[in-house]
Amino acid sequence: MHQEASIREPLILGEKTYKDITDDVIRPIEGKASKLWYIFFTVAVITALYGIGQILYLLGTGVGVWGLNKTINWAWDITNFVWWVGIGHAGTLISAVLLLFRQKWRMAINRSAEAMTIFAVFMAGIFPMIHMGRIWMAYWVLPLPNQFGPLWVNFNSPLLWDVFAISTYLSVSLVFWYIGLIPDFATIRDRLKKPLPKHIYSVLSFGWSGSAKQWQRFEEVSLVLAGLATPLVFSVHSIVSMDFATSVVPGWHSTVFPPYFVAGAVFSGFAMVQNLVIVMRKVMHLENYITIKHVEYMNIVVIVVGGIVTVAYLAEFIMAWYSGNPYEDFIYLSWDAARGPYGWAFWSLIIFNNLIPQLYWIKKIRRNLYWTFLISIGINIGMWFERFDIIVLCLNRDYLPSSWTMFYPTATDIGIYVGTLGIFSTFFLLFTRYFPVLAFNEVKTILKSSGEQYKKQHQDNH
Amino acid sequence: MKTQKKYWKGLEELHNDPEFVENAGKEFAEYVPVDEFVGDKKTLEDSSTSRRDFLKFLGFSVTAASLAACETPVTKAIPYVIKPEEIVPGMANYYASTYYDGNDYASVLVKTREGRPIKIEGNKLSKISQGGVNARINASVLSLYDGNRLKNPLKGGNKSSFEEVDKEIKSKLSDIASKGGKVRLLTHSIISPSTKQLIEEFGNAFGAAEGNFKHVQYDAVSYSAMLTANRKSFGKQVIPSYYFDKAKVIVSLSADFLANWISPIQYAADYAKTRKPENKWMSKHYQVESNMSLTGSNADVRIPVKPSEYGAFLVELANEVAAKTGGQKLPAAKSAYEKSVKKIAHDLVEAKGHSIVLSGINDENIQLLVNKINSDLGNYNHTIDLNKPVYLKQSITAEVEALVYELEKGHVDAVFIQGVNPLYSLPKKLADKFKAGLAKAKLSVSFATYNDETAQACQYVTPDNHYLESWNDAMPVLGEYSLTQPTISPLFKTRQFQESLMTWAGISGTYHDYIQKYWENNLFSTQTESILFNDFWNKKLHDGVYSNNATEVRRTEAPQEEIEAELTEDYTADYSAAAKKAASVKGGNWEMELYTATAIGDGTLANNPWLQELPDPVTKITWDNYITMNPEDAKEQGYNIYYGQEKPATLASVSVNGITIEKIPVIALPGQKRGTVGLALGYGKRVGAMEEPTGVNAYPLLTDNFNNIQLSVEITNLNEEYPVAATQTHHTFMGRESIIKETDLATYKTGDKHHFNHQHTFTMGHEQVSLKEADLYKPFPIEEVGHRWGMVIDLNACIGCGACVTSCIAENNIPVVGKDEVRRSREMHWLRIDRYFSSIPEEAAKPQEERDNFIMDIPESENPSVVFQPIMCQHCNHAPCENVCPVAATSHSMEGLNMMAYNRCIGTRYCANNCPYKVRRFNWFNYQGNDKFTDINPSQDDLGRMVLNPDVVVRARGVIEKCSMCVQRIQEGKLTAKKEGRKVMDGEIQTACASVCPTNAITFGDVNDKETRVRKEAESDRSYHVLEEIGTQPNVWYQVKVRNVESNHSNNHHEA
Repeated sequence: MHQEASIREPLILGEKTYKDITDDVIRPIEGKASKLWYIFFTVAVITALYGIGQILYLLGTGVGVWGLNKTINWAWDITNFVWWVGIGHAGTLISAVLLLFRQKWRMAINRSAEAMTIFAVFMAGIFPMIHMGRIWMAYWVLPLPNQFGPLWVNFNSPLLWDVFAISTYLSVSLVFWYIGLIPDFATIRDRLKKPLPKHIYSVLSFGWSGSAKQWQRFEEVSLVLAGLATPLVFSVHSIVSMDFATSVVPGWHSTVFPPYFVAGAVFSGFAMVQNLVIVMRKVMHLENYITIKHVEYMNIVVIVVGGIVTVAYLAEFIMAWYSGNPYEDFIYLSWDAARGPYGWAFWSLIIFNNLIPQLYWIKKIRRNLYWTFLISIGINIGMWFERFDIIVLCLNRDYLPSSWTMFYPTATDIGIYVGTLGIFSTFFLLFTRYFPVLAFNEVKTILKSSGEQYKKQHQDNH
Repeated sequence: MKTQKKYWKGLEELHNDPEFVENAGKEFAEYVPVDEFVGDKKTLEDSSTSRRDFLKFLGFSVTAASLAACETPVTKAIPYVIKPEEIVPGMANYYASTYYDGNDYASVLVKTREGRPIKIEGNKLSKISQGGVNARINASVLSLYDGNRLKNPLKGGNKSSFEEVDKEIKSKLSDIASKGGKVRLLTHSIISPSTKQLIEEFGNAFGAAEGNFKHVQYDAVSYSAMLTANRKSFGKQVIPSYYFDKAKVIVSLSADFLANWISPIQYAADYAKTRKPENKWMSKHYQVESNMSLTGSNADVRIPVKPSEYGAFLVELANEVAAKTGGQKLPAAKSAYEKSVKKIAHDLVEAKGHSIVLSGINDENIQLLVNKINSDLGNYNHTIDLNKPVYLKQSITAEVEALVYELEKGHVDAVFIQGVNPLYSLPKKLADKFKAGLAKAKLSVSFATYNDETAQACQYVTPDNHYLESWNDAMPVLGEYSLTQPTISPLFKTRQFQESLMTWAGISGTYHDYIQKYWENNLFSTQTESILFNDFWNKKLHDGVYSNNATEVRRTEAPQEEIEAELTEDYTADYSAAAKKAASVKGGNWEMELYTATAIGDGTLANNPWLQELPDPVTKITWDNYITMNPEDAKEQGYNIYYGQEKPATLASVSVNGITIEKIPVIALPGQKRGTVGLALGYGKRVGAMEEPTGVNAYPLLTDNFNNIQLSVEITNLNEEYPVAATQTHHTFMGRESIIKETDLATYKTGDKHHFNHQHTFTMGHEQVSLKEADLYKPFPIEEVGHRWGMVIDLNACIGCGACVTSCIAENNIPVVGKDEVRRSREMHWLRIDRYFSSIPEEAAKPQEERDNFIMDIPESENPSVVFQPIMCQHCNHAPCENVCPVAATSHSMEGLNMMAYNRCIGTRYCANNCPYKVRRFNWFNYQGNDKFTDINPSQDDLGRMVLNPDVVVRARGVIEKCSMCVQRIQEGKLTAKKEGRKVMDGEIQTACASVCPTNAITFGDVNDKETRVRKEAESDRSYHVLEEIGTQPNVWYQVKVRNVESNHSNNHHEA
């Protein structure tokens, strides 16, 4: 059996048996939801409906209901898109990359992180769709055989690469997530008494019987999918970054974008996982499985990728200055941006993304749930500003000063963004209610190596 | 009753043939072998009609039937019953015509499609407008389809008919005439000789002989002082012809002669001829003014001077000039501009006889001083010609005032008002008196097009036709004639003003006959080309213009005895007295100069949304007028000095002599003389006009003698805010020299391109290489293959007047989006004119890291240099927009055009982001249907839609649009050439912008053809690409602006 060094902190606290684990995770599915859940859910649904209403208004009236203008043709729409895609990065990173690196602590959080990924990618997908002037022609971005004559998609366009990158990412993530869910669904199926839910879970579990052969295949498929998903983690955001990097707009036109965007995405993804998990472990009483150590591990990842992001910012700032290119005087990371009309956005970016996360160097803070929660929110704000700054600050002062404008969001800009937060929360709350939020069958595999009482026993035996 | 008749189908039935009887009961006369192919399985299998086929036929029939059932309804397409011979659907017809509204004059060509006038072009045969058209005249075609026009005669404000109104007016007139009542006709300046004769006849019918009839001409913007000054100086109450093309030195004292002064199209065209640095000489233009006018912004040296100092400035200049030329010395005056005056005097005397001094101030003393300087310089008969009088402005203030007092006293029985709106445009005091007097007249008739202030105060309104529905002739300058012809039948129940006069005076025939008769009697004999009058008439109607080189003064408007008196005085006015008066003027805390804006002019076309949305060339503000104030003053007084999308301007009120206008936005405008403000006339029409508010009416602030200068005004900060709608909110080009290249004449004359048109180089390895070598892309294969359409824009010739912008709007069906959308920076113009200020290069000289770029937002300098740069799609051969469209909706043609397929566009707007020139425009809303645009976008009603160019599609919501280089015109030109089996000739195809430009700043053509003008211009030393170094390789070139100043590094105000 796998042995773990005794100085490593246990990943499962308390005196847990296998049954305890099953019980703890399935309890919310079997029982009635708490009041708190209903309150959260109501708020989420109302926000979601408001957002959907705003989207319908946008589709009915035209993109003009946003605050865009002749110079700034993208703003909150693409900011939100990149932000959500970025958030959608952590799930696959945790489940695929950490699987390949045999990081056992991922097991407590991979399920919810993947769910977050999928829902976030859904939200991300909304924005490129609704930002189109003629959404009803959206299918033209697909290379479908058609009767339009020699018309075909433009393979030179990064937007087209986006279409492929995101749809691939979404489908692989979805499959990966679902395969992991199958054994857990089967356990639920076996425990439920009521015929209808039992039937539903039996359909969802694809006739899983838990035989050794099945487990072996399960492990193999997981490994193969992890192998497939790992390059996707890097490709998706690299390609999203090319929407900017391949353009001629000063500040966008930057070769550092692909790696820097990936780091930024992991940064914001982990921050979002922290936010969700810290609430979830409390509300669903999963403190024994998602421990302070898990939180600390994630904070360490945050500080590493945060460092990469900071270095990238510095590189951007220095290159803008060192190049002597007058058009780069005003890019999002430049001295003129810092003291220009968007100075507040510039400083929000620096403070939330570069300065505040440095607190994680202090062990007490990175092991403190409240601090972690607040700093994670800060990182998400900062990362939103990063995308806003890149898009709006670079566009608002580009080549011809005659066309320099400002961007002012409208109620619809804000409404749709908040609406996607609502839709996302609705999905996530439904997930916590009906899906096993921990991959408990996987967690059981580390009980004997990383469980608190077993570790103690092990220690005592020596 | 039972009929005995027998009906039969054929002889068979009649005779009851046995065969017939046998078949009568059968459905099919022939035997149909149903059993054979249905019953017999084998036959069925052998049958060529398989079940598959049956289903196919069934499916086809059902589909065909259902398709036939859902036919697209065709709306409002009515074919001709009898097709007019000259109209071919899809082919444009052009008719020569003339525009004159009392303010602007141009000989034009009217483009009609299927009987609808849709576009105005310039008439190149005209010696006056020389093929140019200004923004206002371009837009005038839209006013034809203005739903706010009066659609029928009015009686007491209610709908009436011409029969009824004519009957009543006739009876009232004859009543008045029989009693010897006084009849007055108030019009704008009449330049039509036929109309003049008609008015004379009309007057004769109503007692002109007894002095009971008087025709008063009234121009809202008056040139009266100039006329009377010329009478005093030369005995000729005329405006002389100015020949700017011969002027080596031009000194303009607040005359906006390039956009708003007498005959700006002509002056701009002539002026531009002297601004080519390639020529032997280039004119030197001094502008002395308080407001930053369009003309001032084009000047080589602009000297900001307060209006109260104009007199002293001129006196000092006159004395300096007189000292050098030996002219009469005037009582000395001291101005604060001695250095400038000396320099100007020196230059003027150097160019003796080849200079022009002019002033736009309606003040007789100033005009007398100007006359004296010109006389001393010997400019008359060289650059200024009194023997070629200009008739565009004939109004004499005293006559208008006399009419107002007559009316007020109730001495006038009948008053007819045509083409003017005195209740709107008279100074407040006079307007009140006019209103009171109008009520006292027994008969008041207006010929107004709109139910405006004056029309509402009149008993009857018999609306005049639009000029595109009218016949007329014109003589803007002595010996230069032009004709107006209708291009469409009157859209509403309106009648030409002249025909109304004829009806009431009992003159028979139509006005068309009347003009013909006039031309037959008066003009036919002055030519020798045609033998028959019909031939003469048809030729002139076709050409639109006729010139008989007459030079004698026809007659003066001054009373005979006065002229005789002055003749004995040898036309020497008392210049000393004028100098004393002019120099003694004192100003108050704030001085104000009212001006006419380039877009709206005197306000005649204020109801035109194209013009309202045309940004002012200097301030770039649309839809409103505003107080222009120096940024330093504005800062001191606590006004917002930055205005932009969400940055409102501060409101202020202006008081002059007890008249207050509330809530005028204050705009910080560099170049405005400190202590002075400007305010545009012609705005704020609220009666009989569109709902969208358009500024305030400043006419009431005119002084009683129609002077546009107010020496003492009070300006109160209301501490309220109002968002103005500006299309450009950043005002400098940040020293980015690949956008604007400019130099001075001396540097240009060195001929070293490196100094004035530096080409960007790149470092590769250790070598400097040109862009071509550094390019990563393969060149787009259009050079020397087939056509390559290109454009060259001469920044030296461009005066920023905006004619091209309105022309583009009309040609390309560009939607009007209104004030609110302009505030959000969403104007749709495909062609815009960027205006950049530049000032002391102190900031630019600093190292980059020390440079304060934000100070350059608004240069605080009192007198910046200005440059105008028209920007449209640059049609890049390596177009950044083309790469990024996911659906390839925008692509490059083999003729060098960047094409936009609206149908394919899905509206991701990536192209617009990636366009370095920011020329792509997105349809944010359905401008043709959205309620927000109902009041302002003409294409929302059936009438306004008639102005649309059928060759250009109206873009749907959600697609990008941009300049196509008028691809429809290119296509038409190519097809014409192909049909005629020849090459496309140079100049045959003109884009809408190039064709109307008064200064010919835009050259369009085939760059691949070595003989074309555009090719030669593109290869000139001055040509460069904007943002050349990013490698977009545009097909549009710009030519370096060359200022006639002494050194590259000093700014013009330093020199002065």
